[in-house]
Formats: sequence, C-alpha cells, structure tokens
Amino acid sequence: MIKPKIFLSLLFLILPILGGTGFAIAEEGEIPLDKAPIDLTDLPSLQRGAKLFMNMCSGCHSLKYIRYSTMAKDIGIVDAKGQILEQVIKDNLIFNGGKITDTIQTAMNKAEGEAWFGIAPPDLSLVARSRGADWLYTYLRSFYLDAKKPWGVNNTVFPDVAMPDVLFNLRSRLYAEKEGKEKFDGAILDIVNFLQYAGEPIQQTRKQLGIWVLLFLAIFFVFAYLLKREYWKDVH
Amino acid sequence: MQMVIKSVIGWVDARFPLTKLWNDHLARYYAPKNFNFWYYFGSLALFVLANQIITGIWLTMNYTPTAEGAFDSIEYIMREVPWGWLLRYLHSTGASFFFIVVYLHMFRGMLYGSYKKPRELVWLLGMFIFLCLMAEAFLGYLLPWGNMSFWGAQVITSLFGAIPFIGDSLVEWIRGDYNVTGVTLNRFFSLHVIAVPLAFIGLVAFHILALHEVGSNNPDGVEIKKQTNADGIPLDGIPFHPYYTVKDLMGLAAFLFIFCSVVFFAPEMWGHFLEYPNFEPADPLKTPSHIAPVWYMTPYYAILRAIPNKLMGVIMMGASIGVWFLLPWLDRSPVKSIRYRGIYYKTALTLFVICFITLGYLGSHPPTPVLLLMARIGTLVYFSFFLLMPIYTTFDKDKPVPDRLSRA
Repeated sequence: MIKPKIFLSLLFLILPILGGTGFAIAEEGEIPLDKAPIDLTDLPSLQRGAKLFMNMCSGCHSLKYIRYSTMAKDIGIVDAKGQILEQVIKDNLIFNGGKITDTIQTAMNKAEGEAWFGIAPPDLSLVARSRGADWLYTYLRSFYLDAKKPWGVNNTVFPDVAMPDVLFNLRSRLYAEKEGKEKFDGAILDIVNFLQYAGEPIQQTRKQLGIWVLLFLAIFFVFAYLLKREYWKDVH
Repeated sequence: MQMVIKSVIGWVDARFPLTKLWNDHLARYYAPKNFNFWYYFGSLALFVLANQIITGIWLTMNYTPTAEGAFDSIEYIMREVPWGWLLRYLHSTGASFFFIVVYLHMFRGMLYGSYKKPRELVWLLGMFIFLCLMAEAFLGYLLPWGNMSFWGAQVITSLFGAIPFIGDSLVEWIRGDYNVTGVTLNRFFSLHVIAVPLAFIGLVAFHILALHEVGSNNPDGVEIKKQTNADGIPLDGIPFHPYYTVKDLMGLAAFLFIFCSVVFFAPEMWGHFLEYPNFEPADPLKTPSHIAPVWYMTPYYAILRAIPNKLMGVIMMGASIGVWFLLPWLDRSPVKSIRYRGIYYKTALTLFVICFITLGYLGSHPPTPVLLLMARIGTLVYFSFFLLMPIYTTFDKDKPVPDRLSRA
C-alpha cells in the first residue's frame, strides 16, 4: 500500500526534471548543439577566456554587471596573499581607461552600434544563462562565408546574425598550426567558460556551500527521525 | 526560574487566551494516529509560506519596482548584495515548491475524501488559498522584468480582452496603460507584496481554524470523534503536539534536503523554475520564440489553447480551476477514503492524475497537430472527472468502512 504511493509522489517531483533536460534544448533550434565541456574550477582557462573576451569581444560587448575587481578575485588574478594584481589587470585587461572597481563597459556607445550593425551589440553578462553554454560554444564555431551578407559571413546556429566573424583572424592563425582545430575549439571553450562564470559569479561558491548544507540536513534528519521514534514508542 | 515563567504565563492568560490557543491547536488538538506520507504537505505548505514571506521581505529591501531599474536590481541582488543570491533562489525555488507541496496536499484530499462533509469549508477555504497562490505567482513573475516576465504578463492580461463589450477597457484598467509597462510593474509589485499576501495569511488562518473545528480526516476516512473515552478524547486520537510536531519536523528535514538540492545545485531546474528567456531584459519588440508559463500553470494553459475560440478558451480555463470548488458536492459516495472506494472512483482518479500531468507537459510545449489533439482529449478527461462524478460515485461498489482506524 505504501510503495505505490511513494512512487506516485516521486513521479510528481521528478516529472519537471524529465520534461526539462532534453526538450528545452531540442526545441531551441534545428541545429544540434555541441556539448561544451565547461569547467569553472579551471582558473587558467577562465583567465585565458577573460583575456580573449577583453581583446576580441569587449570592443562591442559590455559585461555591465561585473566589476574588474570582482572578476580578478574570482578567476584568480591575485598574488599569494589573495590581493588583486591591480597593475596586471590595468595593463592587460582594461582597455577603456576605467578603474579596477568599475563595471566592464564597452567603449562603443549604443547609437554607434545601432548605426553600424543595425542593432546595438547586447550586454553579455547573462548570455550564458539565456542561451546556454552549449549554444555559445556551437555558435562561435559556426560562422561560414556568405557573400550575400553585409559582413560576408553568416552563422548556422544564428541565421542572419548581425555580428561579423571577429574570430576569423584567430581561427586562420590557429588553423595554420598543427592540431589547429583543437586549439581553436580550446580557445572558444575558454571564452565560453568565462561567460559561464560571468552569468553567475557565485555559482562555484553556491555548489560548494550546498554540499555542507545537504550534509547538515542529512545529519539533522537522522536526529529528527530518532526524536520522532522516541516519542512515538508509546503510540500503538 | 520556573516560578517566574509560570507567573508570566498566568499574567498573560488572564488577559489573552495564550494557553487556551496552545491547547486548542497543538497540545490538546487530537489528530488521528494513522497519518501517512501524504499528511506532511500541510505543514510543509505553511513552512514554504513562511519562507516566501521572510525571503520576500529581504528581497524587497533591494528590489527596484520600475521598468528602468527592475532587471538591474535583480542582478544587483544576485551579485552585490551579501547572500542576495541565496535569498533570491530560496524565493524563486520556493515558488515552484509551493505548488508541488500544494498539489500533493490537494491530491491527499482527493485520495481520502478530506473535502467531504463536514470539511466542505476547509476545502473551499483551501481553494481560495490556491487562487491566491496562483495570483501571487503570476504577479511575482512579472517583477524580474525579464523578457518572459513581460510576454507572459502581456499574454495573460490580454486574455481579459476576450470578454465581450468591456474586454478592451478591462485590459487597459488592469495594465494601467495601453501595454504592459512600468505602470503595470508598479501595481503588480504592490499587489504581490501587500494585497495578496494579506489575503493569503488570513485565509490560511481560517483554513486551519475550520480544520481544527471539525477535526482532521485520515487515510481511513473514519471520524475519530465518534469513538471517545470517558473524558471525550478520541480513542484513535493523539495530541498534535508533541507527536505530530516531531513527526513533521522529520518530514521538514527530508523536504529541506530536496529543496536545498535544487536551491544550491539546480536553481534554474533546466529552465523550469527559472526560464532561460527571462535572463534577457523585457523587450516589447522581441517576442520569445515560444511563450510558455512556468510549469505549475501549464495544465490550465493547455486547456486554454485546446479550445479554438478565444472567449470559450478563457471560460474553459477559468472553469478548469473553478470546478475544483464544487468537488464536495459532486462526490456522492458515502465513503471518504480511497481504501474503501470502488473501482470507478479509483479508475477516475488515476486517469485524472495522468491527464493532469499530460496537460502540464502539453502546456509547456508549442502545439503541433498531434499534441493539440492530445490536449483536447486531456481537456475532455479533465472535465469528465468532475462532471461525471455524481454518476460514477453513486454507482460505485464501495467497501464497508470500519468503525475504528484499521491500523496505526
């Protein structure tokens, strides 16, 4: 009598998960997305991603919800004592003359962006959350030549996208080397990794803390169970 | 020390029914001793309500209810406010879990006939709470001012436009503008943090008062008040405190384990608790490729879309929620619990659960001809469950109900 009921109730709880995982992505577009092997514990990858972002993306795209200082601390641009390496950031990552406590803004203003691209390049703080890492990873690797488009390129994941193929030079350079495709994919993964971090800077802390919370709750459950058993001994 | 406490309580008791309230609702409220798994969800719903109110208070301290500032302030909470991310996830996950817990709580009522005489008012008050919950969820969903917030509110408020004659003016009156704008956001914020919660808390108090007046039902559907000892205490009853307070504490621990698993490891729940398009700010010029409500509203949304005519669709959607109110009078069986019901009701309830879940699935996906047909069949089954109930419960082959609880 008990078991089928528990099964039913589990069904209620699990259903949203079952519905979620596959379909949300499958619906999005016809192009199957490559899985981005995200790893937010890989600090060198995040740092390379930050470098690539500042050099290749930040000319048009802002990360307006993040401060350089927060970013530096989170992705490990710090000395042995945990102090932010301010000069390193200023020399290598801040290109618009901003302060280290500033949010990451682009030098391009909205009106210019609209005039040049037809649409102002969006802020990318949350792009990994709205589009997903897999989408970004596939999108950035899916530009192809298309003479009909103003920039001469198009994209299989995002047809008629307004963005030019800014990765063209990087790709050409890397593809000329040995194992070029792997190197290029690795570079894109670094950018996606960084954007994934940017979408929710707290996410690593959240998961680490979560383990302790669940551990506490498991122990708390045992004591609550023992307390209940003690009280219920005399109920027949 | 004990003397001091005693005299303080005595002082209060002479002026306020403190001990009386404690006894009436906890220490000498006699609950059947055979509550099972399904009986955790009432107290859990109360817990989630407290969670929503407390986290809501702190979120309100940092939230900006304007079209210009709302989206930014949510990210400010997520990134700059100490522990703001936790408050926000507790609140957003709490919203979904409120529905999970309440749906299971309602299902318990259907399993054991808890809505039947003398508990019709308990059920009705519960249904009003459910309406409040849906209103609260809908209003709150606009506040992050994401693109799905905007378009969701746009679609749902436009439904009122289907009402003949007054429709268009009504939509304008609700939105406070010709479109969903900052004005709408302002009023939704006000309703979300004051009006609806006030009604909510009042209704919860009435729900519990009404329940404690008639006494709790149980998995056997037997009225324990009919068999009492010399002191008038039900033979099969045990004081709610401490027996069910410690048992519910255990249930709470298990619930929190699941709840916190989501809060800390999957707060988006793969786009079901926090939808992906809502991480883009509201944009009246950019319609999301697929507008779907959050999972808990999808069964009714599927019914809305299953009807080809807009006005009829709106009416049927309203009816799909309204029909719940009639449950105590649609059910003609003399038996409460599913344990002693016949095959008709058991079959009907099973079909209803399957159909409710299927409609929920369909409501969250874009309609294709096949899915639309399924939604229409689902709608038919949904309403048949309620409207044919007077017939199949009358002719059901119920089993004899014992005088006392069958087992502890």
